[in-house]
Amino acid sequence: MGADTARRVDGVTEAVAVAGVRATARILARDDGRGGTSLPVLEGDGPLALRRTRGSGDEARVMLVGAMSGPLGGDHFTVQAAVEAGARLRVGSAAATIALPGQAKGESRYDVRLTVADGGELHWLPEQLISARGSDLYATTRVDLGATSRLVLREEQVLGRAGEDPGRLTSRLVLRVGGRTVLDQELACGPGAPGGWDGPAVLAGHRAVGQLVVVRPEFAAEPVAARVLGEGAAVVPLAGPAALVTAVAADGLRLRRVLDEALGRLR
Amino acid sequence: MSRAALLVLADGRFPAGGHAHSGGAEAAVKAGRVTGAASLEDFCRGRLHTAGRVAAALAAAAVLGVDPVELDAAADARTPSPALRTAARKLGRQLTRAARATWPSDELDALAREFPKGAHQPVVLGLTARAAGLGAVDAAYCAAYESVSGPASATVRLLSLDPFEATGVLARLAPELDRVADRAVEDARCVVDEGADALPAASAPLLEIGAEVHAGWGVRLFAS
Repeated sequence: MGADTARRVDGVTEAVAVAGVRATARILARDDGRGGTSLPVLEGDGPLALRRTRGSGDEARVMLVGAMSGPLGGDHFTVQAAVEAGARLRVGSAAATIALPGQAKGESRYDVRLTVADGGELHWLPEQLISARGSDLYATTRVDLGATSRLVLREEQVLGRAGEDPGRLTSRLVLRVGGRTVLDQELACGPGAPGGWDGPAVLAGHRAVGQLVVVRPEFAAEPVAARVLGEGAAVVPLAGPAALVTAVAADGLRLRRVLDEALGRLR
Repeated sequence: MSRAALLVLADGRFPAGGHAHSGGAEAAVKAGRVTGAASLEDFCRGRLHTAGRVAAALAAAAVLGVDPVELDAAADARTPSPALRTAARKLGRQLTRAARATWPSDELDALAREFPKGAHQPVVLGLTARAAGLGAVDAAYCAAYESVSGPASATVRLLSLDPFEATGVLARLAPELDRVADRAVEDARCVVDEGADALPAASAPLLEIGAEVHAGWGVRLFAS
Protein backbone atom coordinates (compact mmCIF):
# COMPACT_ATOMS: atom_id res chain seq x y z
CA MET A 1 0.00 0.00 0.00
CA GLY A 2 2.73 2.45 1.03
CA ALA A 3 4.89 1.47 -1.93
CA ASP A 4 2.00 1.94 -4.36
CA THR A 5 1.35 5.44 -3.13
CA ALA A 6 5.03 6.32 -3.43
CA ARG A 7 5.08 5.07 -6.99
CA ARG A 8 2.11 7.19 -7.97
CA VAL A 9 3.69 10.26 -6.43
CA ASP A 10 6.97 9.62 -8.22
CA GLY A 11 5.47 10.38 -11.58
CA VAL A 12 5.10 9.09 -15.06
CA THR A 13 8.50 7.62 -15.89
CA GLU A 14 8.60 5.32 -12.95
CA ALA A 15 4.97 4.41 -13.36
CA VAL A 16 5.78 3.07 -16.85
CA ALA A 17 8.74 1.08 -15.57
CA VAL A 18 6.77 -0.27 -12.65
CA ALA A 19 3.91 -1.41 -14.86
CA GLY A 20 6.19 -3.79 -16.79
CA VAL A 21 5.70 -4.95 -20.35
CA ARG A 22 2.42 -6.39 -21.58
CA ALA A 23 2.68 -8.55 -24.64
CA THR A 24 0.41 -10.96 -26.43
CA ALA A 25 1.01 -13.42 -29.22
CA ARG A 26 -1.80 -15.12 -31.13
CA ILE A 27 -1.88 -18.10 -33.43
CA LEU A 28 -4.87 -19.48 -35.26
CA ALA A 29 -4.47 -22.71 -37.22
CA ARG A 30 -7.09 -23.71 -39.79
CA ASP A 31 -7.59 -26.65 -42.10
CA ASP A 32 -6.94 -25.10 -45.53
CA GLY A 33 -9.15 -27.62 -47.32
CA ARG A 34 -6.24 -28.80 -49.50
CA GLY A 35 -4.69 -31.23 -47.06
CA GLY A 36 -2.69 -28.60 -45.21
CA THR A 37 -2.96 -26.14 -42.34
CA SER A 38 -3.08 -22.37 -42.84
CA LEU A 39 -2.36 -19.72 -40.23
CA PRO A 40 -4.89 -16.91 -40.70
CA VAL A 41 -3.66 -15.31 -37.49
CA LEU A 42 0.03 -15.18 -36.59
CA GLU A 43 0.81 -12.08 -34.60
CA GLY A 44 3.13 -11.28 -31.76
CA ASP A 45 4.27 -8.00 -30.28
CA GLY A 46 7.23 -6.74 -28.28
CA PRO A 47 9.09 -9.63 -26.72
CA LEU A 48 6.88 -12.27 -28.31
CA ALA A 49 7.64 -12.70 -32.00
CA LEU A 50 6.33 -15.58 -34.09
CA ARG A 51 7.85 -17.10 -37.22
CA ARG A 52 6.29 -19.66 -39.49
CA THR A 53 8.82 -22.32 -40.38
CA ARG A 54 8.72 -25.13 -42.91
CA GLY A 55 6.06 -27.64 -41.94
CA SER A 56 5.77 -31.26 -42.84
CA GLY A 57 2.79 -32.90 -44.48
CA ASP A 58 -0.48 -31.33 -43.32
CA GLU A 59 1.14 -29.72 -40.27
CA ALA A 60 1.97 -26.02 -39.87
CA ARG A 61 4.99 -25.12 -37.75
CA VAL A 62 5.54 -21.99 -35.74
CA MET A 63 8.58 -20.87 -33.80
CA LEU A 64 8.23 -18.56 -30.83
CA VAL A 65 11.21 -16.20 -30.96
CA GLY A 66 12.12 -14.19 -27.89
CA ALA A 67 12.83 -10.70 -29.22
CA MET A 68 13.69 -9.32 -25.77
CA SER A 69 14.77 -10.92 -22.51
CA GLY A 70 12.18 -11.70 -19.95
CA PRO A 71 9.69 -11.92 -18.53
CA LEU A 72 11.11 -9.45 -16.02
CA GLY A 73 9.40 -8.50 -12.78
CA GLY A 74 6.02 -6.91 -13.50
CA ASP A 75 5.84 -8.15 -17.11
CA HIS A 76 2.74 -9.96 -18.28
CA PHE A 77 3.07 -12.14 -21.37
CA THR A 78 0.21 -14.05 -22.93
CA VAL A 79 0.39 -16.58 -25.74
CA GLN A 80 -2.83 -17.83 -27.28
CA ALA A 81 -3.07 -20.60 -29.82
CA ALA A 82 -6.26 -22.00 -31.28
CA VAL A 83 -6.37 -25.03 -33.53
CA GLU A 84 -9.56 -25.46 -35.51
CA ALA A 85 -11.17 -28.74 -36.49
CA GLY A 86 -8.93 -30.83 -38.73
CA ALA A 87 -5.92 -28.49 -38.46
CA ARG A 88 -2.50 -29.56 -37.21
CA LEU A 89 -0.07 -27.21 -35.54
CA ARG A 90 3.38 -27.65 -34.02
CA VAL A 91 4.83 -24.86 -31.92
CA GLY A 92 8.37 -24.66 -30.58
CA SER A 93 10.56 -21.88 -29.28
CA ALA A 94 13.96 -20.73 -30.47
CA ALA A 95 15.50 -20.53 -27.01
CA ALA A 96 14.78 -21.04 -23.34
CA THR A 97 12.59 -18.47 -21.60
CA ILE A 98 14.41 -16.91 -18.65
CA ALA A 99 12.42 -15.32 -15.85
CA LEU A 100 14.55 -12.46 -14.53
CA PRO A 101 14.18 -9.90 -11.78
CA GLY A 102 13.15 -6.48 -13.04
CA GLN A 103 12.89 -2.92 -11.81
CA ALA A 104 9.21 -3.42 -11.22
CA LYS A 105 8.27 -4.99 -7.93
CA GLY A 106 6.01 -7.94 -7.76
CA GLU A 107 5.53 -11.03 -9.82
CA SER A 108 5.59 -11.36 -13.54
CA ARG A 109 3.11 -13.52 -15.39
CA TYR A 110 3.30 -15.80 -18.35
CA ASP A 111 -0.05 -17.18 -19.47
CA VAL A 112 -0.48 -19.74 -22.19
CA ARG A 113 -3.99 -20.43 -23.48
CA LEU A 114 -4.44 -23.29 -25.90
CA THR A 115 -7.60 -24.58 -27.50
CA VAL A 116 -7.88 -27.46 -29.90
CA ALA A 117 -11.20 -28.22 -31.59
CA ASP A 118 -12.45 -31.76 -32.27
CA GLY A 119 -10.25 -33.48 -34.80
CA GLY A 120 -7.47 -30.89 -34.41
CA GLU A 121 -3.96 -31.66 -33.25
CA LEU A 122 -1.43 -29.54 -31.39
CA HIS A 123 2.16 -30.23 -30.50
CA TRP A 124 3.27 -27.61 -27.98
CA LEU A 125 6.96 -28.13 -27.38
CA PRO A 126 8.66 -24.98 -26.12
CA GLU A 127 12.16 -24.87 -24.67
CA GLN A 128 12.71 -24.72 -20.91
CA LEU A 129 11.53 -22.04 -18.57
CA ILE A 130 14.48 -21.01 -16.41
CA SER A 131 13.87 -19.28 -13.11
CA ALA A 132 16.82 -16.96 -12.48
CA ARG A 133 17.80 -15.75 -9.03
CA GLY A 134 15.62 -12.93 -7.75
CA SER A 135 12.87 -13.49 -10.32
CA ASP A 136 9.24 -14.03 -9.36
CA LEU A 137 7.05 -15.61 -12.00
CA TYR A 138 3.55 -17.06 -12.02
CA ALA A 139 3.16 -19.14 -15.16
CA THR A 140 -0.10 -20.73 -16.18
CA THR A 141 -0.94 -23.05 -19.03
CA ARG A 142 -4.60 -23.77 -19.69
CA VAL A 143 -5.50 -26.21 -22.41
CA ASP A 144 -9.02 -26.85 -23.66
CA LEU A 145 -9.49 -29.83 -25.92
CA GLY A 146 -12.49 -31.30 -27.69
CA ALA A 147 -13.34 -34.94 -27.02
CA THR A 148 -11.52 -36.03 -30.21
CA SER A 149 -8.62 -33.55 -30.18
CA ARG A 150 -5.00 -34.66 -29.95
CA LEU A 151 -2.23 -33.04 -27.97
CA VAL A 152 1.42 -33.40 -27.12
CA LEU A 153 2.54 -30.78 -24.61
CA ARG A 154 5.84 -30.45 -22.82
CA GLU A 155 6.68 -28.12 -19.97
CA GLU A 156 10.08 -27.94 -18.33
CA GLN A 157 11.13 -25.76 -15.45
CA VAL A 158 14.77 -25.28 -14.54
CA LEU A 159 15.49 -23.76 -11.15
CA GLY A 160 18.32 -21.30 -11.63
CA ARG A 161 20.93 -21.00 -14.37
CA ALA A 162 24.07 -23.13 -13.89
CA GLY A 163 25.13 -22.98 -10.26
CA GLU A 164 22.60 -20.27 -9.45
CA ASP A 165 19.87 -20.26 -6.80
CA PRO A 166 16.39 -20.17 -8.29
CA GLY A 167 13.93 -17.33 -8.15
CA ARG A 168 10.36 -17.88 -7.10
CA LEU A 169 8.37 -19.83 -9.63
CA THR A 170 4.81 -21.00 -9.47
CA SER A 171 3.45 -22.86 -12.46
CA ARG A 172 -0.04 -24.19 -12.98
CA LEU A 173 -1.13 -26.59 -15.66
CA VAL A 174 -4.82 -27.18 -16.31
CA LEU A 175 -6.04 -29.59 -18.95
CA ARG A 176 -9.66 -29.93 -19.98
CA VAL A 177 -10.91 -32.55 -22.39
CA GLY A 178 -14.49 -32.32 -23.63
CA GLY A 179 -15.30 -29.79 -20.89
CA ARG A 180 -13.98 -32.01 -18.08
CA THR A 181 -10.90 -31.08 -16.07
CA VAL A 182 -8.55 -34.01 -16.41
CA LEU A 183 -5.46 -32.47 -14.83
CA ASP A 184 -4.97 -29.51 -12.53
CA GLN A 185 -1.56 -29.14 -10.94
CA GLU A 186 0.41 -26.30 -9.49
CA LEU A 187 4.03 -26.42 -8.42
CA ALA A 188 5.52 -23.66 -6.30
CA CYS A 189 9.23 -23.44 -5.65
CA GLY A 190 12.00 -21.04 -4.78
CA PRO A 191 12.33 -18.45 -2.03
CA GLY A 192 8.94 -17.57 -0.53
CA ALA A 193 7.24 -20.75 -1.75
CA PRO A 194 5.44 -22.82 0.91
CA GLY A 195 7.87 -24.84 3.04
CA GLY A 196 9.20 -28.21 2.02
CA TRP A 197 9.31 -27.47 -1.74
CA ASP A 198 12.92 -28.60 -1.93
CA GLY A 199 12.44 -31.43 0.56
CA PRO A 200 11.97 -35.18 0.11
CA ALA A 201 8.25 -35.00 -0.75
CA VAL A 202 8.49 -32.42 -3.53
CA LEU A 203 11.81 -31.87 -5.35
CA ALA A 204 14.53 -33.17 -3.00
CA GLY A 205 17.25 -30.98 -4.45
CA HIS A 206 16.44 -31.70 -8.10
CA ARG A 207 16.86 -28.56 -10.17
CA ALA A 208 14.75 -29.50 -13.16
CA VAL A 209 11.14 -30.66 -13.24
CA GLY A 210 8.96 -31.35 -16.21
CA GLN A 211 5.70 -32.68 -17.50
CA LEU A 212 4.69 -34.22 -20.75
CA VAL A 213 1.01 -34.53 -21.55
CA VAL A 214 -0.25 -36.69 -24.38
CA VAL A 215 -3.96 -36.71 -25.20
CA ARG A 216 -5.47 -39.09 -27.72
CA PRO A 217 -9.11 -40.13 -28.06
CA GLU A 218 -8.08 -43.80 -28.19
CA PHE A 219 -6.68 -43.53 -24.64
CA ALA A 220 -10.32 -43.49 -23.43
CA ALA A 221 -10.74 -47.16 -24.33
CA GLU A 222 -7.10 -48.16 -23.94
CA PRO A 223 -5.31 -46.06 -21.33
CA VAL A 224 -1.53 -46.25 -21.12
CA ALA A 225 -0.17 -48.57 -18.43
CA ALA A 226 1.47 -46.82 -15.50
CA ARG A 227 5.22 -47.20 -15.74
CA VAL A 228 8.20 -45.99 -13.79
CA LEU A 229 11.17 -44.60 -15.74
CA GLY A 230 14.01 -44.78 -13.24
CA GLU A 231 13.76 -43.17 -9.79
CA GLY A 232 12.81 -39.74 -11.11
CA ALA A 233 10.02 -40.20 -13.62
CA ALA A 234 6.75 -42.01 -14.18
CA VAL A 235 4.21 -42.35 -16.98
CA VAL A 236 0.65 -42.47 -15.70
CA PRO A 237 -2.84 -42.66 -17.18
CA LEU A 238 -4.98 -39.71 -16.08
CA ALA A 239 -8.69 -39.95 -15.29
CA GLY A 240 -9.53 -39.19 -18.93
CA PRO A 241 -8.11 -39.94 -22.41
CA ALA A 242 -4.67 -38.65 -21.45
CA ALA A 243 -1.25 -39.76 -20.30
CA LEU A 244 1.09 -37.72 -18.15
CA VAL A 245 4.82 -38.05 -17.66
CA THR A 246 6.15 -36.36 -14.54
CA ALA A 247 9.91 -36.16 -14.18
CA VAL A 248 12.51 -34.58 -11.92
CA ALA A 249 16.21 -34.43 -12.79
CA ALA A 250 19.45 -32.83 -11.69
CA ASP A 251 19.44 -30.42 -14.64
CA GLY A 252 17.60 -29.45 -17.80
CA LEU A 253 19.64 -31.68 -20.08
CA ARG A 254 18.93 -34.84 -18.10
CA LEU A 255 15.29 -33.86 -17.81
CA ARG A 256 14.97 -33.52 -21.59
CA ARG A 257 16.54 -36.92 -22.06
CA VAL A 258 13.96 -38.55 -19.77
CA LEU A 259 11.01 -36.77 -21.38
CA ASP A 260 12.23 -37.58 -24.91
CA GLU A 261 12.57 -41.21 -23.96
CA ALA A 262 9.08 -41.22 -22.47
CA LEU A 263 7.61 -39.59 -25.56
CA GLY A 264 9.32 -42.19 -27.73
CA ARG A 265 7.64 -44.95 -25.74
CA LEU A 266 4.23 -43.31 -26.07
CA ARG A 267 4.38 -43.16 -29.87
CA MET B 1 -22.25 -29.31 17.46
CA SER B 2 -20.07 -31.33 19.75
CA ARG B 3 -16.40 -30.40 19.61
CA ALA B 4 -15.59 -33.80 21.13
CA ALA B 5 -16.75 -35.40 17.87
CA LEU B 6 -13.60 -33.92 16.33
CA LEU B 7 -11.48 -35.94 18.76
CA VAL B 8 -13.32 -39.10 17.80
CA LEU B 9 -12.84 -38.44 14.09
CA ALA B 10 -9.20 -37.36 14.32
CA ASP B 11 -8.20 -40.17 16.67
CA GLY B 12 -5.67 -42.49 15.06
CA ARG B 13 -7.69 -45.38 16.48
CA PHE B 14 -10.80 -44.38 14.54
CA PRO B 15 -11.32 -47.56 12.46
CA ALA B 16 -10.89 -46.07 8.98
CA GLY B 17 -7.78 -47.95 7.86
CA GLY B 18 -5.35 -45.05 7.75
CA HIS B 19 -2.67 -46.98 9.65
CA ALA B 20 -2.05 -49.19 6.60
CA HIS B 21 -0.83 -46.23 4.54
CA SER B 22 2.43 -44.32 4.88
CA GLY B 23 1.52 -41.25 2.84
CA GLY B 24 4.54 -41.75 0.62
CA ALA B 25 6.97 -42.17 3.52
CA GLU B 26 7.82 -45.79 2.69
CA ALA B 27 8.94 -44.88 -0.84
CA ALA B 28 10.88 -41.87 0.44
CA VAL B 29 12.64 -43.95 3.12
CA LYS B 30 13.58 -46.66 0.61
CA ALA B 31 14.95 -44.02 -1.79
CA GLY B 32 17.08 -42.62 1.03
CA ARG B 33 15.28 -39.27 1.02
CA VAL B 34 13.95 -39.69 4.55
CA THR B 35 16.61 -40.86 7.00
CA GLY B 36 15.70 -39.32 10.36
CA ALA B 37 13.69 -36.71 12.20
CA ALA B 38 15.01 -33.71 10.21
CA SER B 39 14.27 -35.14 6.78
CA LEU B 40 10.95 -36.50 8.05
CA GLU B 41 10.01 -32.97 9.10
CA ASP B 42 10.93 -31.63 5.67
CA PHE B 43 8.96 -34.43 4.03
CA CYS B 44 5.90 -33.74 6.18
CA ARG B 45 6.16 -29.98 5.58
CA GLY B 46 6.22 -30.51 1.81
CA ARG B 47 3.31 -32.94 1.97
CA LEU B 48 1.30 -30.60 4.20
CA HIS B 49 1.58 -27.69 1.77
CA THR B 50 0.74 -29.81 -1.30
CA ALA B 51 -1.41 -32.92 -0.87
CA GLY B 52 -2.43 -31.79 2.63
CA ARG B 53 -3.56 -28.38 1.47
CA VAL B 54 -5.63 -29.84 -1.36
CA ALA B 55 -7.15 -32.50 0.93
CA ALA B 56 -8.03 -29.88 3.53
CA ALA B 57 -9.76 -27.68 0.96
CA LEU B 58 -11.69 -30.64 -0.47
CA ALA B 59 -12.85 -31.70 3.00
CA ALA B 60 -13.84 -28.15 3.97
CA ALA B 61 -15.75 -27.68 0.71
CA ALA B 62 -17.66 -30.92 1.31
CA VAL B 63 -18.68 -29.65 4.75
CA LEU B 64 -19.93 -26.44 3.14
CA GLY B 65 -22.26 -28.50 0.96
CA VAL B 66 -20.43 -28.50 -2.38
CA ASP B 67 -21.53 -31.44 -4.57
CA PRO B 68 -19.32 -34.42 -3.62
CA VAL B 69 -19.38 -35.74 -7.19
CA GLU B 70 -17.87 -32.48 -8.40
CA LEU B 71 -15.29 -32.54 -5.61
CA ASP B 72 -14.39 -36.14 -6.35
CA ALA B 73 -13.72 -35.29 -10.01
CA ALA B 74 -11.58 -32.34 -8.90
CA ALA B 75 -9.62 -34.69 -6.62
CA ASP B 76 -9.00 -37.01 -9.58
CA ALA B 77 -7.63 -34.12 -11.65
CA ARG B 78 -5.30 -33.21 -8.77
CA THR B 79 -4.08 -36.79 -8.33
CA PRO B 80 -2.31 -37.86 -11.51
CA SER B 81 -0.83 -41.02 -9.97
CA PRO B 82 -3.29 -43.92 -10.41
CA ALA B 83 -1.71 -45.60 -7.36
CA LEU B 84 -2.65 -42.55 -5.27
CA ARG B 85 -6.15 -42.37 -6.78
CA THR B 86 -6.69 -46.02 -5.86
CA ALA B 87 -5.34 -45.48 -2.35
CA ALA B 88 -7.54 -42.41 -1.85
CA ARG B 89 -10.64 -44.34 -2.94
CA LYS B 90 -9.83 -47.34 -0.74
CA LEU B 91 -9.38 -45.05 2.23
CA GLY B 92 -12.57 -43.26 1.24
CA ARG B 93 -14.53 -46.50 1.19
CA GLN B 94 -13.20 -47.59 4.57
CA LEU B 95 -14.01 -44.20 6.06
CA THR B 96 -17.50 -44.32 4.56
CA ARG B 97 -18.16 -47.62 6.34
CA ALA B 98 -16.85 -46.39 9.66
CA ALA B 99 -18.63 -43.06 9.36
CA ARG B 100 -22.03 -44.54 8.46
CA ALA B 101 -21.82 -46.77 11.53
CA THR B 102 -20.72 -43.90 13.75
CA TRP B 103 -22.75 -40.92 12.49
CA PRO B 104 -25.58 -42.31 10.31
CA SER B 105 -26.63 -39.82 7.65
CA ASP B 106 -28.59 -39.77 4.38
CA GLU B 107 -25.72 -37.94 2.70
CA LEU B 108 -23.23 -40.65 3.57
CA ASP B 109 -25.71 -43.31 2.38
CA ALA B 110 -26.08 -41.45 -0.92
CA LEU B 111 -22.29 -41.14 -1.25
CA ALA B 112 -21.87 -44.89 -0.70
CA ARG B 113 -24.43 -45.55 -3.46
CA GLU B 114 -22.79 -43.08 -5.86
CA PHE B 115 -19.27 -44.43 -5.26
CA PRO B 116 -19.43 -48.18 -4.53
CA LYS B 117 -15.62 -48.36 -4.90
CA GLY B 118 -15.17 -45.36 -2.67
CA ALA B 119 -14.91 -41.62 -3.19
CA HIS B 120 -11.66 -39.74 -2.56
CA GLN B 121 -11.00 -39.87 1.18
CA PRO B 122 -10.97 -36.08 1.82
CA VAL B 123 -14.44 -35.76 0.26
CA VAL B 124 -15.74 -38.53 2.52
CA LEU B 125 -13.99 -36.91 5.45
CA GLY B 126 -15.84 -33.67 4.78
CA LEU B 127 -19.22 -35.39 4.60
CA THR B 128 -18.37 -37.33 7.76
CA ALA B 129 -17.56 -34.11 9.60
CA ARG B 130 -20.87 -32.72 8.36
CA ALA B 131 -22.72 -35.79 9.66
CA ALA B 132 -20.93 -35.43 12.99
CA GLY B 133 -22.11 -31.84 13.26
CA LEU B 134 -18.61 -30.43 12.80
CA GLY B 135 -17.65 -27.37 10.77
CA ALA B 136 -15.49 -26.75 7.70
CA VAL B 137 -12.49 -25.72 9.75
CA ASP B 138 -12.68 -28.95 11.78
CA ALA B 139 -12.62 -31.06 8.62
CA ALA B 140 -9.75 -28.99 7.25
CA TYR B 141 -7.75 -29.57 10.44
CA CYS B 142 -8.46 -33.28 10.28
CA ALA B 143 -7.31 -33.57 6.66
CA ALA B 144 -4.24 -31.40 7.16
CA TYR B 145 -3.24 -33.31 10.29
CA GLU B 146 -3.72 -36.69 8.63
CA SER B 147 -1.44 -35.54 5.79
CA VAL B 148 1.48 -35.41 8.24
CA SER B 149 0.53 -37.79 11.07
CA GLY B 150 0.37 -40.76 8.69
CA PRO B 151 3.95 -40.37 7.37
CA ALA B 152 5.24 -39.57 10.88
CA SER B 153 3.88 -42.72 12.50
CA ALA B 154 4.84 -44.84 9.46
CA THR B 155 8.42 -43.57 9.71
CA VAL B 156 8.58 -44.67 13.34
CA ARG B 157 8.04 -48.21 12.06
CA LEU B 158 10.13 -47.90 8.88
CA LEU B 159 13.23 -46.40 10.47
CA SER B 160 12.69 -47.45 14.09
CA LEU B 161 12.62 -43.71 14.71
CA ASP B 162 12.17 -42.65 18.32
CA PRO B 163 8.39 -41.97 18.68
CA PHE B 164 9.20 -38.90 20.78
CA GLU B 165 11.12 -37.47 17.84
CA ALA B 166 8.27 -38.17 15.44
CA THR B 167 5.80 -36.48 17.77
CA GLY B 168 8.18 -33.54 18.06
CA VAL B 169 8.07 -33.18 14.28
CA LEU B 170 4.27 -32.96 14.37
CA ALA B 171 4.35 -30.43 17.19
CA ARG B 172 6.78 -28.20 15.30
CA LEU B 173 4.48 -28.28 12.26
CA ALA B 174 1.48 -27.12 14.31
CA PRO B 175 1.68 -23.41 13.39
CA GLU B 176 1.81 -24.32 9.70
CA LEU B 177 -1.12 -26.71 10.17
CA ASP B 178 -3.10 -23.78 11.55
CA ARG B 179 -2.33 -21.70 8.47
CA VAL B 180 -3.10 -24.51 6.03
CA ALA B 181 -6.44 -25.23 7.74
CA ASP B 182 -7.45 -21.55 7.75
CA ARG B 183 -6.51 -21.12 4.14
CA ALA B 184 -8.35 -24.29 3.17
CA VAL B 185 -11.55 -22.84 4.61
CA GLU B 186 -11.03 -19.64 2.60
CA ASP B 187 -10.45 -21.74 -0.52
CA ALA B 188 -13.57 -23.80 0.24
CA ARG B 189 -15.68 -20.64 0.51
CA CYS B 190 -14.40 -19.63 -2.95
CA VAL B 191 -15.42 -23.06 -4.24
CA VAL B 192 -18.98 -22.47 -2.98
CA ASP B 193 -19.12 -19.31 -5.12
CA GLU B 194 -16.94 -20.23 -8.10
CA GLY B 195 -17.00 -24.02 -8.40
CA ALA B 196 -14.35 -26.70 -7.99
CA ASP B 197 -11.81 -24.98 -10.25
CA ALA B 198 -11.19 -22.62 -7.33
CA LEU B 199 -9.72 -25.49 -5.31
CA PRO B 200 -5.97 -25.33 -4.75
CA ALA B 201 -3.93 -27.68 -6.96
CA ALA B 202 -0.61 -27.75 -5.12
CA SER B 203 1.36 -30.76 -6.30
CA ALA B 204 4.46 -32.66 -5.21
CA PRO B 205 6.23 -34.42 -8.11
CA LEU B 206 8.17 -36.85 -5.90
CA LEU B 207 5.03 -37.95 -4.04
CA GLU B 208 3.43 -38.78 -7.40
CA ILE B 209 6.50 -40.52 -8.83
CA GLY B 210 7.30 -42.26 -5.52
CA ALA B 211 3.75 -43.65 -5.33
CA GLU B 212 4.18 -45.32 -8.71
CA VAL B 213 7.60 -46.69 -7.75
CA HIS B 214 6.09 -48.02 -4.51
CA ALA B 215 3.11 -49.62 -6.28
CA GLY B 216 5.53 -51.69 -8.36
CA TRP B 217 7.20 -53.38 -5.40
CA GLY B 218 6.46 -57.04 -4.72
CA VAL B 219 6.79 -56.67 -0.96
CA ARG B 220 5.94 -53.62 1.09
CA LEU B 221 4.99 -52.75 4.61
CA PHE B 222 2.34 -50.16 3.73
CA ALA B 223 -0.38 -50.07 1.08
CA SER B 224 0.75 -46.65 -0.16
